[in-house]
Amino acid sequence: MEKQAVDGARRAFNSGRSRPLQYRKQQLSALLRLIRERQAEIVSALKRDISRSEFDTPIFELIGIENDIKLAERNLADWMAPQPVKKTLLTITDDVYIKAEPLGVVLIIGAWNYPWSLTLRPLVGAIAAGNAAVVKPSEVSKSSASLLKELLPQYLDTEMYPVVTGGVPETQELLKQRFDHIFYTGNSTVGKLVMEAAARHLAPVTLELGGKSPCYIDKDCDIAVACRRITWGKFANCGQTCIAPDYILCHPNIQHRVIEEIRQTLLEFYGEDPKTSPDYGRIINQHHFDRLLALIEGCTVAVGGESDKSQCYITPTILKDVLPHARIMQEEIFGPVLPIVTAGDVNEVIRFINERPKPLALYVFSSNKKVVRRMLNETTSGGVLVNDVMVHYTINALPFGGVGNSGVGRYHGKHTFDQLSHHRACLIKSLAMERLNMARYPPMTPSRLRTSMFFLRSRSGSCDQALRAWAVVSSLLALALLISLLVVLLRDSNIAA
Amino acid sequence: MSSFGVFEMESQRQIIERLRAAFQSGVTAPLQFRLTQLKSLLSLLEDNEPQILEALQKDLAKPKFEAVLSEIDMVVNDLCYTINSLPTWIQPSYVGKNLATKLDDCFVRREPLGVVLIIGAWNYPLQLILAPLIGAIAAGNCAILKPSEISRATERLLAQLIPKYLSQECFAVICGGAEETKSLLENRFDHIFYTGSQAVARSILQAAAVHLTPVTLELGGKCPCLIYGRLDMLAAAKRLVWSKFFNAGQSCVAPDYVLCTPEMREELLPAIAKALSIFYGSQPKQSEDFSRIVTDRHWDRLMALLGKTQGRVVMGGEGSKEDKYFAPTVVVDLDGSDALMQEEIFGPIMPILTIESLEQGITFINQREKPLALYVFSDESQVVNMVLERTSSGGFCSNDGIVHMTLPGLPFGGVGASGMGSYHGRWTFETFSHRRGCMLRGWGLERISMLRYPPYTESNLSWLRWATSAKKKSWGVCSVM
Repeated sequence: MEKQAVDGARRAFNSGRSRPLQYRKQQLSALLRLIRERQAEIVSALKRDISRSEFDTPIFELIGIENDIKLAERNLADWMAPQPVKKTLLTITDDVYIKAEPLGVVLIIGAWNYPWSLTLRPLVGAIAAGNAAVVKPSEVSKSSASLLKELLPQYLDTEMYPVVTGGVPETQELLKQRFDHIFYTGNSTVGKLVMEAAARHLAPVTLELGGKSPCYIDKDCDIAVACRRITWGKFANCGQTCIAPDYILCHPNIQHRVIEEIRQTLLEFYGEDPKTSPDYGRIINQHHFDRLLALIEGCTVAVGGESDKSQCYITPTILKDVLPHARIMQEEIFGPVLPIVTAGDVNEVIRFINERPKPLALYVFSSNKKVVRRMLNETTSGGVLVNDVMVHYTINALPFGGVGNSGVGRYHGKHTFDQLSHHRACLIKSLAMERLNMARYPPMTPSRLRTSMFFLRSRSGSCDQALRAWAVVSSLLALALLISLLVVLLRDSNIAA
Repeated sequence: MSSFGVFEMESQRQIIERLRAAFQSGVTAPLQFRLTQLKSLLSLLEDNEPQILEALQKDLAKPKFEAVLSEIDMVVNDLCYTINSLPTWIQPSYVGKNLATKLDDCFVRREPLGVVLIIGAWNYPLQLILAPLIGAIAAGNCAILKPSEISRATERLLAQLIPKYLSQECFAVICGGAEETKSLLENRFDHIFYTGSQAVARSILQAAAVHLTPVTLELGGKCPCLIYGRLDMLAAAKRLVWSKFFNAGQSCVAPDYVLCTPEMREELLPAIAKALSIFYGSQPKQSEDFSRIVTDRHWDRLMALLGKTQGRVVMGGEGSKEDKYFAPTVVVDLDGSDALMQEEIFGPIMPILTIESLEQGITFINQREKPLALYVFSDESQVVNMVLERTSSGGFCSNDGIVHMTLPGLPFGGVGASGMGSYHGRWTFETFSHRRGCMLRGWGLERISMLRYPPYTESNLSWLRWATSAKKKSWGVCSVM
C-alpha cells in the first residue's frame, strides 16, 4: 500500500504536471480553502486528540499555514525565476544564474503535537517547489490523521499528494522506498533512524527535532512580564511544544519571586482548578502521562504536582532547586512541568547551556544589553528569542530549524521552498568568442598561462593591488575633469552675466 | 600515520578533543582570527608553489598549466574573494519588520558549527580539500583535514605545510586509508564534508546519522553531453575535448559520454581528431600537457572497461602501465547497456552514443541518475532551453564544459545520486554556518501581548487573528503580531 502511494506519486511527478506555476498556485489555493472551510472539523479533531482549546488551534496551527500559503502565492513567480549571479571577465557575455528546480517525491512525516501545522507547512513548501509529496501524519494524533486522510484528497491532486496513515510498521515500509527528500518532525531517536534510512538512497533530509530549550531569567529584567510570557509559552498545548521553554535558569535569589509570579499568572490564566478550565489541555496519551509523572519523582514540587490518570491530566507544575543531574534534566520534558535550576551568574549559565546538546530554542529575559550580547555570542541554538518565548516561530522570514541534536535544515516561508528545491547552477554560453578561449587550450606556453590567469582571476580588491591603484587614479582623474567642467561652466556664466 | 607537527603521537580522539576545546574557548570566532588564518593559507600557496606543482606532478603527472589553473589559482581566487567578502558575510541579515515588530529586532546570525571534518579526493587533491577549508575557517570552525591517501605526495605535503601555516590548536591533518577514515567517522563532528564516490558516501551518511551530523556530499556520476542542432562543430569539439581530457578525464564534472545524431557524429569525429592533434600533437604520450592515470589499479580498471565494451574504438585505445599513460580514446557504436555506460568512467575514454531525436536524448538522460553536470552543445537556444527545462542535474553548462564550476557566484554541488549540499565562494561559508533565527523583543506593548493569554475569549481571538494573519497591502504582504 505504501509502495503503491509512492509509485503513484512518482508517476504523477514524472508527468511534469506539478511544475507549472499555475498548477502550484492552484494546489496551494485549494489547501487554503481546506483550512478555512473545514476549520470546525479540524478544531474538533484536535479537541479529541489532545484536548486543544478551540482558541489555540487557529493561532498555533492554522494561521502559520495560511501565512505560508499566502506568501508563496504572492511570491512564487519570483522564487521560480532564474537568479543571476556575479560573473568573471571571461563570462561577461554569458548568462550565469541559479534556477530553483523540484527535487521529485518528498516524504513528509508529521508529529502529533501540532498535527496540522507540522504536516501541512512542509507540504506548502513541497507544492510551491513543484514536488510530489507523500504525507504521513502521526498515528498518535488519531483523529487528525484520519481527518487529514479524508480531507486532503477532496482538495488536492490525490495522486500527487497521497496521504499514508499508520504506525511504526507503515512508516518503516515507507522509509524503505526511495525519496528525493525526507522531511521529519519528531524526536532525535527516530530522527537518527530516518537519516539512516535516507542514507541508503543518498536522500537529503530535514529533521525538525527537539531538545531542552533553556530559559534564562536575568536579575535585571521585568520579572512579572517575563514570568507571564513564560507561563503562556510553557503551558500552552499542555507543554507539548518543541519550542516550549523546557526549564528555567535563574539566580537563587530570584527563584522565589519567579515561582510566585508564575503561580499568580497560572491563577489568572486557568483559575483555581485548571482541570475545569476549557483553555487547559491534556497529555496526549497514557505513555506520555506515565513518563511525565516519573520525571517529577524525587524533585521538590513548588506548585502543582497533582494528576488524574483517567483524564491524562497533570496540573501545571513547577519544581524548585532542581539538580543538574536529576532525571528530569536529562531528556526533553514535553509536558506541563517546569523545573527551575539555579545558577550564580551569567558565566555559569553560559557554561551550563554549552555543556549540553544544542537546543532548538534559547530564551533570554534581560534588560541588560551586555548580558543579551554575551548570550547571543557565546551560545548557539536553532533560534533565539530575547524577552519572550515562542513567538519567533510566527515570523516566517526567520529560518526555523535546529542545529546539532536539535535538527538538520530549516523551513517556514521561503525557507521551505528553498529546502525542498534543487538550486541548479546554470552557465549559458555561446560558441562564439572562441579566440578568447584559445588561451586555455594546450599546447601550453607561459604567455598563454598568463592570459588565462588574467581572465580567470577574481576581480576583488586587496589581492589585486594594480586594480586598486587604477581605481584610485581613475577616480582622481574623473574628479579633476568634473572640477574643470564646473570651472568652465562658472566662468562662462560669469561672462554671460 | 598520525598528523605531523608538535602533537605527533596523538590519537585521533585526542586530536578531536583538542580541537573541540579550542573551539569552545571561542578562539576561532573573532573576524580577525579567521582573516589571519585565511591570509596564512594564502601565504601557504604563494610560498610553496614549486613544491605543490612537484607533488601534483608526482601524483598525477599533472601538467603545470592544469595544476596552476585548476588547483592553485582556483583556491587563491576563492581565498581572495572570501577574505574580501567575509566582513559582509558575517553581518546579521535583518528580515522584514512589520507593524507590531517595529519595536523588535528580527535577524539571522551566521554561527560556527564547531569541529568539522573535510575528506578530500585524489583527482584535484589540493583544491578539493582546501576549497572547503576556506569556508570552514571563514565560518569560524575548527577543522580536521583528511586528504586522500591515493594522491600520496600531496597528502604528505599538506600534512607538512598545514601545521606550519595554520593554528595547530584549531586545524589538524589526519592521514590514512580506509581503516583510519572508518575510525575517524566514529567520532562526533558538527559537519562532514566529503568528496568522492557514491559507495563510500552511503557509509559516511550512515556514520553521520548516529550523531545527527549534517553532511555535504560532492559525488559524481555520468555527466551527459548532448550535441544537437546547428552549431560550429570545431569550436564545440575543442571545448568538448578540452573538458573531457583535462586531467586525463579524471574530473567529476568531465563530460562522461556524448549523445548526438548519426549525421552529427560524422562531423564530430574528425573535429575531435583535429582538436586532439592541436592540443596534444600526434603522440599524446610525448605531450607535456596530457596527464596520467593516478594509480595502477585505476589504470587497470579503465583497460578492463575498454576490454568489455561492445563498441568500436576509433581513436586511441592504447596505454602503457609503467607510466600509467592512457591514450585519449573515443568509442562508438555502443548503447546504454554497454559496460562503459554502467559506471562513471573517470578516465580518457569518450563513448559516443547515437540518438534519433532530441526527445530520445532527453529520455535517455532522464532514465539515469541525476548527474553532477549536464552539457549541451548547440547554437539553437530552444534546444538548450528544452534540455534545461526537461532534465535535472547539479549544474548545467551550454556550449562548454567544466568552466561553470570556476564562477564564484554559482553553487557547486550535486542532486540526487550526484550529491547533496553545495559550495564555492559564499556557499562554502553558508555550508559551514548555522543560520540562527533571532528575535529581540522589548517589554512594552504588553497590552497587545495580553490578547494571547488565557482565559481565551472570542473577541481576543478575532483581534489576534487579524493581527497575526498576513495581509495584502499595496506594497507587499505583511504580518502583524
